[in-house]
Amino acid sequence: MDNIAGKKSGLTWAVHLATLLLVLLWLFPTVGLLVSSFRTADQISSSGWWASLFPTERNVVMRAADPDDFRVADDDLFVVSGNLFDEDPTVSVATISVWGTSSREISQYTAGETADLGDGATITVQANGDYEWRGPDGEISGRGQRVFATIEAAPEFTLANYEQVLLSGNSTDSMAKAFFNTLTVTIPATIIPIVVAAFAAYALAWMEFPGRALLIAAVVGLLVVPLQLALIPLLKLHLGIGIGKGYLGVWLAHTGFGLPLAIYLLRNYMVGLPRDIIECAKVDGATDFQIFTKIILPLSFPALASFAIFQFLWTWNDLLVAKVFLIDATGETTVMTNQIVELLGTRGGNWEILATAAFVSIAVPLVVFFAMQRYLVRGLLAGSVK
Amino acid sequence: MADLIIRDLVKTYDKTEVLHGISLDVKDGEFVVFVGPSGCGKSTTLRLIAGLEDTTSGEIEIGGRVVNNLEPKDRDIAMVFQNYAIYPHMTVRKNIGFGLRSSNKSKAEKEKRIEEVAALLDMTPLLNRKPSQLSGGQRQRVAIGRAMVRDPAVFLFDEPLSNLDAQLRTQMRLEIKKLHQRVGSTIVFVTHDQVEAMTMADRIVIMKDGHIQQVGTPQEVYHKPANTFVARFIGAPSMNMLAGQVKDGAVVLAGGNAVPVPVAVPDGKKVLVGVRPEDLHPEGETSLLEGTVSLAEPLGHETLLYVETPSGEVISKADGRTPPGVGARVALHALKENLHLFDAETEQAIT
Repeated sequence: MDNIAGKKSGLTWAVHLATLLLVLLWLFPTVGLLVSSFRTADQISSSGWWASLFPTERNVVMRAADPDDFRVADDDLFVVSGNLFDEDPTVSVATISVWGTSSREISQYTAGETADLGDGATITVQANGDYEWRGPDGEISGRGQRVFATIEAAPEFTLANYEQVLLSGNSTDSMAKAFFNTLTVTIPATIIPIVVAAFAAYALAWMEFPGRALLIAAVVGLLVVPLQLALIPLLKLHLGIGIGKGYLGVWLAHTGFGLPLAIYLLRNYMVGLPRDIIECAKVDGATDFQIFTKIILPLSFPALASFAIFQFLWTWNDLLVAKVFLIDATGETTVMTNQIVELLGTRGGNWEILATAAFVSIAVPLVVFFAMQRYLVRGLLAGSVK
Repeated sequence: MADLIIRDLVKTYDKTEVLHGISLDVKDGEFVVFVGPSGCGKSTTLRLIAGLEDTTSGEIEIGGRVVNNLEPKDRDIAMVFQNYAIYPHMTVRKNIGFGLRSSNKSKAEKEKRIEEVAALLDMTPLLNRKPSQLSGGQRQRVAIGRAMVRDPAVFLFDEPLSNLDAQLRTQMRLEIKKLHQRVGSTIVFVTHDQVEAMTMADRIVIMKDGHIQQVGTPQEVYHKPANTFVARFIGAPSMNMLAGQVKDGAVVLAGGNAVPVPVAVPDGKKVLVGVRPEDLHPEGETSLLEGTVSLAEPLGHETLLYVETPSGEVISKADGRTPPGVGARVALHALKENLHLFDAETEQAIT
């Protein structure tokens, strides 16, 4: 009761710290995954993802353009000019701070200075990589002049991984098909249990019939039954009645496994709706079905939304149920979780592909969560009863 | 519009009987208020009339039709709840129109009816608002409008004003009464507030522990209470009860004063003499009892005196300008016709 007097209790700080810790715990791997998915394999192996967010300084060896092809006559001398970075595809945007012409003294000159190469030949290198290599016929020939430079490279990202994973059509890497398969599993597997559970929850909350308490107890009891217990018998049943392995089977399985929690959550929410409102609707001439659709469903929207989020997330992330009830030998119905498992085998060393695939699979849950999270905290009841 | 007749209504929850045979005739267009302390069964009676609970035995008749086994929606009633019970996700218009959904009127007719009701309640500018944007009084008016829109035979009000603040309550009380005068429908109104009951009712039904104590007009229950419970419950502050014994046609109080009483009572009978504080003054003719002022509550136009007497503490009303001070010795007077006589054992009025 310290906070009543306007003093924050120590617990408030503990809560803030714990929240911060949880946020960091969640954010670090997610951001890392996101950043890694935009980097090339070389970048991933040479530095950590956190380093890629800032400009990096490194030493490179670059070469001027081939004088035999590019030299231009200027009075009695020849000139080769251009940009050093054009010759080197690994560096795109960078600035040169110091440079040199021999491997022993790579920081002999600063940007903009002119180096004397002897025998009348000079080379001038600007910070942006522009160079001018000038000298008599004999010097400006053979191979292009080497330049050792210390460059500061801006962060550099690529969409190539996403192109590879989503658009290439390469069957081992492609997540596109698996993405749509996952959607095909997830959307019905979210909607069916919500519809069924909403009806059941209304009946268990507001309709009087014998055995209601027992039914509720049974639902609560089912909450603690691990789904692994039911995998094999259920699959046998599916095979026995001809559903077999396929989308219908996995929808039914997800529905069954999701229903106890859905009914429990929704019933508890509905039972908390003001009795007056329901009785008033009864007096106003509404039937049970109308009360359900016109009053209960709209008012239960926060509960429906929060369960929808839960069910969506765990059917999206599910691997076990999909493996048992859906994925067959053809691999046509593989889902993203399974695809990532396979990628771990076939592309185990290609972190950029794995990171991209993983991020593709978590992108939708993230969007769903952020789009719906306000329904988790918002009460729709404001203004109904005093 | 119709009569409402209740015959021997009994309600039990499991084995506990909460209503012990209630009978009441409510005439067409009458405003009847059920009043009583909490737990007296007044709300239960209302819910039985509405059909929200099943009757254990007895009959409820609305407009000549026994409705015991009918669903609430088939009883031709409308109910206003204590918590307003407004549908929070609908606008005022949809809230009011909800009861019309099942009627077979055309859409234009329904719209017209909603507009009519809204105009009657001064709610036309608020029709497109959500309940969360309304004040308490406005919400209550929406609830009333929703009840009115179907034009039911009987209106049931379940403590509709108890959630409002004091000022708003007085105002809504007036509005409901005006509404009743204009629309003229049968109203059954439940409240625990005796002021509400007195001001609004054509007839008051006073209940206690599942029994009706008295049914009568506000004047009747105030001036001729049927028993000590009614006498104490109606009127604030409540009636003083002075124990005494009858001797030679007069009641001898504990202080020794003999009070002549209008009715013939056998000698030796123990009685209670009831006198309201507003009938008991420090000045007057017939001295009833004497005592010392222990506490004074000035109310402006009058002062409440708490007086220690041989019959216990009694409350008296004195003039607001020159009341006796605390510690003063006063003689309290009352007119003979303002005395109420009750049997000390049965607590029933002796008339």
